[in-house]
Amino acid sequence: MDQITFIFDIMVPAFANGLLITLALVAVTAPIGFLLGVGVACGRVYGGKGLSWLMQLYTIFFRGCPLLLLLFILYFGLPSLGIVLTPFVASVLGFIFCNSAYNSEYVRGSILSVKEGQLIAAKALGMTKNQAILNIVLPQALRRSIPGVSNEFIYLIKYSSLAYMITVIELTGASKLIATKYFAYNETFIAVAIVYLALVTITTFGANALEKKYAIPG
Amino acid sequence: MTDTTYILRIENIKKAFGKNEVLKGVSLDVRKGETICFIGPSGTGKSTLLRCINQLTIPDSGKIFLNDEEVTHAGPRINYFRQKIGMVFQNFFLFDHLTAVRNVEIALLKVKKMNPKEAREKAMFELKQVGMADWADHYPAELSGGQAQRVSIARALAMDPDIMLFDEPTSALDPELTREVLEVMKKLALEGMTMLVVTHEMGFACSVANKICFMEHGHIKEQGTPAELLNNPEFERCKAFIGEFREYSQ
Repeated sequence: MDQITFIFDIMVPAFANGLLITLALVAVTAPIGFLLGVGVACGRVYGGKGLSWLMQLYTIFFRGCPLLLLLFILYFGLPSLGIVLTPFVASVLGFIFCNSAYNSEYVRGSILSVKEGQLIAAKALGMTKNQAILNIVLPQALRRSIPGVSNEFIYLIKYSSLAYMITVIELTGASKLIATKYFAYNETFIAVAIVYLALVTITTFGANALEKKYAIPG
Repeated sequence: MTDTTYILRIENIKKAFGKNEVLKGVSLDVRKGETICFIGPSGTGKSTLLRCINQLTIPDSGKIFLNDEEVTHAGPRINYFRQKIGMVFQNFFLFDHLTAVRNVEIALLKVKKMNPKEAREKAMFELKQVGMADWADHYPAELSGGQAQRVSIARALAMDPDIMLFDEPTSALDPELTREVLEVMKKLALEGMTMLVVTHEMGFACSVANKICFMEHGHIKEQGTPAELLNNPEFERCKAFIGEFREYSQ
């Protein structure tokens, strides 16, 4: 079998299927992981003692637990408790926990960087704490969290390959199957690395554009 | 017991930060349309007193009444009172991510739930009042200190407050910018706005205020009309304080 046939008849279709799964994992995880991260951050900064402590516990646990172990627990461990998740759902769940825990720290940092006067002025106008957070603090904090959150998004693209370990045939999984079947390790893995590089590059430019679009003049 | 001639009544307000007693029982009655200036050395509780009035700082004891309604212990209703009590800060505290006009209209939209068209008209009207209509689409970082402070005055006025609190509104400004802000405040006072002003601007205090309160060590030590404070020998401490200012301005 020549190289051309290998690339177009074997690699491309397999990669395409794998890429679709990778994109699906990222597309489901990222928005939920982001929103949850914002929620956890707000809970930590503005919640009472109890909520703040709970949110800190969440962050400690899911940042501290190795992601692969988390996936193993969700997929292999939970069935013994009567909870059976499909590989895809287990992966997304694990990614969401991890992604939101990291995002919460990026967002918390940017919330803390918004000057206290912003909240004071909002309160002085008669805004409730929630109105002030939603309308005044978060719009500023989220702008500042773009570099951090996009960083986490890039990690997500890459660690989504861990789903392969619980039988989700995503991009890395698909490439591994071909590589072993056709004994073509170098070609396959270099090619798949280029695909990841492309995804990450697109993300980088997207984040830059987003940052530029929402930059505050002056 | 109620006396409706007073728009704001401050009754025996006390506040301590740790062991530091900042306010040691301050009482004051304010008539509608009065401009009262608070002067005195730093750290004597002037700003804290203003912040107690709209409960940005919760006093340890004492009561505040606005139009005979208790502001202290108001619970969630404090957000209603805060709309009625406009506040202007030393460092402006404009919302950095919003243009001047958005700064003024945001509370109209979110707190007063005005429709966007009305809110925009009201915001533009207030900006015009402070001479900032031409700068409506500029962000705070693009404004000079004086311009930013005028926008923040417009922002407070947009809520149609019953009284306005000014916490050292010109202390962060150079003399020229100070002037443009004082002009706006003077106009407001002449239009009949009730104003409480913490300031080090003696010229403004003497020419615009109906009453000057000299604060020291957490008390209102001396109070009276500007003429009384300057000419009456009984107001010794205040005169000495003003004298110190004059020494440097010569």
